[in-house]
Amino acid sequence: MADPSEDPSPEAQAPSSEQLDPSPPSGQGPDQGTPPAQGPDQPTEPGQGTPPAMGPYQPSEPGQGTPPAMGPYQPRQALYQPSQTGQFPYESYEPGQTPYQPHQPGQITTPGQVPYQLHQPGQSAYEAHQMGQELRQSIYQPHAPGQTPYQAQEPRGSLYRQQEPMLGPYEPFAPEHGPYQPHEPGYGLYQPGYSPCENEISDPGPRALAIQNAKAYLMKSSTKSGLNLYDHLARMLTKILDERPINAVDIIENISKDVKWAQFQKKMDTLRDEHEMLPTFELAEKYKALFLKGTGEGGDQEPEEEITDTPLPNVMETAFYFEQAGVGLSMDENYHILLALKQLVSTQPIQTCRFWGKILGLETNYIVAEVEYREGEEEEETEEEEVIEEGGKEGSEGEEEDEEKEDDEPPKSTYKPPLAVPKEENRTGTNKFIYFVCNEPGKPWVKLPPVTPAQIVAARKIKKFFTGRLDAPIVSYPPFPGNEANYLRAQIARISAGTQISPLGFYQFGEEEGDEEEEGGAGRDTYEENPDFEVISVTELADSLSNWVHHVQNILIQGRCAWVNPSQKSEEEEEEGEEEEKTEEPDEPQPEVGPPLLTPLSEDAEIQNIPPWTSQLSTNLVPQYAIAVLQSNLWPGAYSFAIGKKFDNIYLGWGHKYSVDNYSPSLPPSVQAEYPSGPEITEMSDPTVEEEQALKAAQEEALAAAEEIDELEEEEDEDEDD
Amino acid sequence: MAIECLSYSYSLNCVEWSLLPPATEEMITQTAGLKGRFQGDPSYEYEPPEKKGEENERIYEEEGIPMIKEEIRLVTTIDQIDKAVGMIPRGAFIKTPIGPVHENRNFEGLSLTEAKKLNSYFHFTEPVNLKNRTLLEKADLDPSIDFLDSLEHDIPKGSWSIQLERGGSLVILRSLLWPGLTFYHIPRTKQYGYIYLGTGEKNIDLPFML
Repeated sequence: MADPSEDPSPEAQAPSSEQLDPSPPSGQGPDQGTPPAQGPDQPTEPGQGTPPAMGPYQPSEPGQGTPPAMGPYQPRQALYQPSQTGQFPYESYEPGQTPYQPHQPGQITTPGQVPYQLHQPGQSAYEAHQMGQELRQSIYQPHAPGQTPYQAQEPRGSLYRQQEPMLGPYEPFAPEHGPYQPHEPGYGLYQPGYSPCENEISDPGPRALAIQNAKAYLMKSSTKSGLNLYDHLARMLTKILDERPINAVDIIENISKDVKWAQFQKKMDTLRDEHEMLPTFELAEKYKALFLKGTGEGGDQEPEEEITDTPLPNVMETAFYFEQAGVGLSMDENYHILLALKQLVSTQPIQTCRFWGKILGLETNYIVAEVEYREGEEEEETEEEEVIEEGGKEGSEGEEEDEEKEDDEPPKSTYKPPLAVPKEENRTGTNKFIYFVCNEPGKPWVKLPPVTPAQIVAARKIKKFFTGRLDAPIVSYPPFPGNEANYLRAQIARISAGTQISPLGFYQFGEEEGDEEEEGGAGRDTYEENPDFEVISVTELADSLSNWVHHVQNILIQGRCAWVNPSQKSEEEEEEGEEEEKTEEPDEPQPEVGPPLLTPLSEDAEIQNIPPWTSQLSTNLVPQYAIAVLQSNLWPGAYSFAIGKKFDNIYLGWGHKYSVDNYSPSLPPSVQAEYPSGPEITEMSDPTVEEEQALKAAQEEALAAAEEIDELEEEEDEDEDD
Repeated sequence: MAIECLSYSYSLNCVEWSLLPPATEEMITQTAGLKGRFQGDPSYEYEPPEKKGEENERIYEEEGIPMIKEEIRLVTTIDQIDKAVGMIPRGAFIKTPIGPVHENRNFEGLSLTEAKKLNSYFHFTEPVNLKNRTLLEKADLDPSIDFLDSLEHDIPKGSWSIQLERGGSLVILRSLLWPGLTFYHIPRTKQYGYIYLGTGEKNIDLPFML
């Protein structure tokens, strides 16, 4: 029953609004007491003037068949329904309700004032009536015929006022309709007719028919959407009454649209068989692991770690400073990263850990953590990796050799592959740190493989977007040795070497390293924190680049930080073939020398008249609390800040180096020279028949001669035997 | 079709703002060859780019247009960015039958599935390629909504990066052609917009980078 009840009520209102236009004037008219005034309200009313109110209605109903008449009637029907739903079976009420309907619209209008503003005079009249029963009575009194009913109704009216808004009120209103003078003339009649029975008998035929016709029309479903207006209006009004929006009339179009939309969605619901995982839910599941305390490792150990130095960086603090510099991630993301780093620290034997930055990708981004394992922890793993790599190489070489043997030994290529520059050991040079990446905080951290010089050299020659998938192939020219994980690692190494900076004097060379430098000549590659570091004022840091130094070694053209003579290496490794030994013959390569560690930024090369760094204070307005901010122009996205003893570097960008000129891929090598043509490979023209015959004859002669010789020899042999 | 004219201002410190002149064809041709980073000084003067093979004309040009102010370059760069990568989600603006285009008050945002597709986003400029589409492609278009070029047909293919953030509650589009331009849209809401934070340089290496 709920649905039907709702339906009618809204409809009742809707029609009421339509009727209002006529009704307001009429409403007042009636109050003031002239039955004829009511007449205008509805066509039926004039007819009502005649005592047999019922009779008049019927005639009017036929009139309803005409469009104008229908209008009023339909609202009435609608009105009826609400009353029916609320109270009694529909049919029984109809008779009694008919009179009410006119009133209801009026009453409804008073609450719904907005639409009726035009009619306000009428409303005011109504209000006046409502204000005091006496007033009404006085008004009604002129209507003397209606008085008797009114008196009885007055109490109802009082109820009504209180209940104004809702359907419930309708019932009490019924009497009030009486006040609707339009009906009053017929009212007396109606009252008797009010009893359902009489109305049923009197109204029935044409009116019911008209109602049915109108309803049938409203319920006609659209050929396009399958909806029908009747249900739609019902839902709309239900929604309005449920939600009670302010100024409902102004947004009625949107409500209508919403209702239709909701209906459409309902249909979708029926199609959804499979339980759909909401992306937000998945995300929450991912984050849940971050927010759970002490996963795996057990919460007991944490207090100890807190007491001792924790490798976990204070991401939020650096984020605070970077925010002043105008860069950084959102607070939420920073915190998630912090939690993710905590997870990483708790699962790996990590000595130091730092949030390196974020590299944007096409599909997803990389969050990069820079870590250092505790002494001795990572050795095993790296050895394993090396073994695997070497094994792979040997395997492939072996296969090649096998193939060569099978292939009947084609001529050996004279191409000598350039010597592979050996990879730098862990904890040194480009592999000083280990990098972990993840696409999103909460996703598993992936350890990047150590970088090889060849990868760095190749990475310099290409410029590719990261996709966000570590196993994605790098399709480029010149070909890149490895997949995206290797490329990412190479770019990280390059960016680190270019942009990891610290205030001058924060780091100093250890004493031990000095000796190594003399021995190896490759430059000191380690440093330690300077306990006597004197704070450089922020303004000095911002003013002069010479107060900043690189604390990551420069990568040489070779792709290593420490130069290695590749040919020497090959001598030592006897396994490698003779071919490589030949390469020693060319001139001994000059060792490359790059700027040493802790070189001031002021010695960085310019990028075609563009300074490599832009430095500034975070604010000029409050210089006493400003921080010094450096922005790399060579690696757009690399930023550093420093204040007092605090400094940090971060990279947020695409992972590409800046260049003024367009990227131009290196050209493919020139085409190799053709094999020198000579008599042994030139094609001979076929011999002619004469030549063949001549050759044949010559051969026969030769044969004959040979036979003769043989015979002679045999004879000789015989002679010898003899 | 009328897309309202905007005016641009610039500021070095977010306090004092200066109005920029509208970009003209002449400015665009003047600054077409300029490369490198902005200096941060509106009165900085660039040397006009050299034009190859037009040496005769070049002499005249050098006489007539000695230098190009950075302000002019800024104007044209903004204009280029807006024209090349200014964008709206599909349905945010509608074209009335008479012609004028106005904001769609009933725009409810893209659904999550739509938001993942490039064809749900339009260039917010005069359509260039729309008329060149085949009848078959035009068949499904709604003239009141699909009156702009969609990003789907941008060349080179893949010059946009679409990412979902926060489990699909935020869609981020980044232009790879103009790195620094980021568009956001919260699916199923009217909230969308784009911002450019970058060096003002077009990524002409894009074809090599995909």
